[in-house]
Amino acid sequence: MKAEGTTDARLVEFVYDEARLIDEKRFDEWYELFAVDGYYWMPLTRDQPDGVNFTSLFYEDRFLLKVRIERLKSPRSFSQQPASFCQHILQRPTVEEADAARRRWVLRTPFIYVETQMDTQLVLAGVTRLHLVEQSGQLRIRLKKVDLINCDAAFPSIQLFP
Amino acid sequence: MVSYFNNPSAIRALVRDEAVHRDVYVSPEIFDLEMTQLWRNTWIYVGHDSQIPSPGDYFTTNIALQPVILLRDNSGQIRVLMNRCAHKGAKLVSAPHGHCEAGLLRCPYHGWTYRLDGSIRTIPMKGGYDATGLAASDSAKGIVSLPNVAVYRGFVFARLAAEGPGFEEYFGDALTSIDNMVDRSPEGRLEVAGGVLRYMHDCNWKMFVENLNDTMHPMVAHESAAGTAKKLWEGKPENEPKPMAIEQFLPFVNGYEFFDKMGVRIYENGHSYTGVKYSIHSAYSAISDYEQMMEKAYGPERARAILGEVRHNTVYYPSLTIKGAIQAIRVARPIAYNRTLIESWTFRLAGAPDRLLQRTVMYSRLINAPTSVVGHDDRHCYRAIQDGLETDGNAWVSLHRNWSPSEKQHIAGDYNGTSEVSMRGQFRAWSRFMTSGMTDRAA
Repeated sequence: MKAEGTTDARLVEFVYDEARLIDEKRFDEWYELFAVDGYYWMPLTRDQPDGVNFTSLFYEDRFLLKVRIERLKSPRSFSQQPASFCQHILQRPTVEEADAARRRWVLRTPFIYVETQMDTQLVLAGVTRLHLVEQSGQLRIRLKKVDLINCDAAFPSIQLFP
Repeated sequence: MVSYFNNPSAIRALVRDEAVHRDVYVSPEIFDLEMTQLWRNTWIYVGHDSQIPSPGDYFTTNIALQPVILLRDNSGQIRVLMNRCAHKGAKLVSAPHGHCEAGLLRCPYHGWTYRLDGSIRTIPMKGGYDATGLAASDSAKGIVSLPNVAVYRGFVFARLAAEGPGFEEYFGDALTSIDNMVDRSPEGRLEVAGGVLRYMHDCNWKMFVENLNDTMHPMVAHESAAGTAKKLWEGKPENEPKPMAIEQFLPFVNGYEFFDKMGVRIYENGHSYTGVKYSIHSAYSAISDYEQMMEKAYGPERARAILGEVRHNTVYYPSLTIKGAIQAIRVARPIAYNRTLIESWTFRLAGAPDRLLQRTVMYSRLINAPTSVVGHDDRHCYRAIQDGLETDGNAWVSLHRNWSPSEKQHIAGDYNGTSEVSMRGQFRAWSRFMTSGMTDRAA
């Protein structure tokens, strides 16, 4: 599908930039990408209908994201001693839905995500869907939905943002 | 180095009144003995009957590393079968849950089939076993169906050992926490709902279980998580309604006095609960219509009594911990001396508004998930203990807080909430069930 109302290149660039902000730990800037009613959601099961009646790995509004980001700055975030680092490897994003009239798009991006902490390394893979909206000329995230291929696996701590 | 195998006096010597030897956490041999003694001699949580509503439904898990099938047979009876074919030992079912086709279990290897009571129905080319002695062997008995299974208000427990304390004798009045959780349903019934979080811990299982009634850690370990939430909320106007997430985070950084005064109740056999007077769940906002539904179901007085009992964590030693007040449970599944899987299950209160399930689902996600900022710091501390106990110089772990010699005679009772008495009670039970039935090779 072509991105009606904007260019594919602009949307795709946004997807890459979003991941890069996380990988470079520029979390305050990343936070600003979310619309005020934006959510970051990582379901616990496949085809999970919602994050309200079902447990998720992440189902965070801006307030909860803020708690997470501010906590990472705290010298008493003991689980971050030593600190974690992460890297997203993204496949080419594709425009899955486009609504030019409402200035909304959904971008689908398969990914591999590596999170490390000293000698431990966690590798996750899945598909991210960024639901974007244009507000005052800026693209904002209405929903970042991360579907892990092994969402039902037992995980150790996942401390950053797949 | 001392070997603990068939050496009950050496095992007993690991537990003092107010301290335990580090080997209880770092010795692989002790872990192996826990699986063959403590976790065999006690009642272990298997699953919930709502996971297997119809005949033929099954759910798989393990007890003390042994794979088992929780299953409802054709008569509706709940059984716990060893997940092992009577022939060569293959696990019969490997999916986490499912339904037995045609009312049979069928081995994926050679096709032996079993009725849901575990008895053999067919063996391919059965003539090959004529006059071979199979008929008189254990294999002819089919799948082992555990004789000691108890279903208490939907919660299924099993004891592997043939001999030992009965279910009610073992748990005693600690069962009142399950009662309170189930009574919170206007229909008196729970249903597993909301999914299961599976969080892998790189620590001994006891660090997790002990932590549930350790009330001296939240304000320290969780300062960065709950303290940050509190700080971010502080600027808000007085009349702004607190979001559920804030209500759930904030009590973790309540002061020592809050946790001390909530109290802890100790039962025999390692069971206990904190929150005798109130708990971190007491100040949650009311959920509209729910109280009226409860009053209609139970009458105003009884409804008030049920909802007024807001316990924190109840430990059903050694495997199960529950939060009746919010209908969540956490199950410890030990894997190795330094590896433990923690499962968090949530429940719907039958006949209650969806908002209650939404509350427990949120709590589980915020506090117990592998992605939880509270869980991260807990897990970090458990791992820190696991690593720290490898050091020489002090072989003993202190459990002295509020110890009193009067506990020697009688430990059951109510104590101040920050006492380490729940851990002392657990190790008293640990010592007993680790050594019961054990032959002393020195004797």
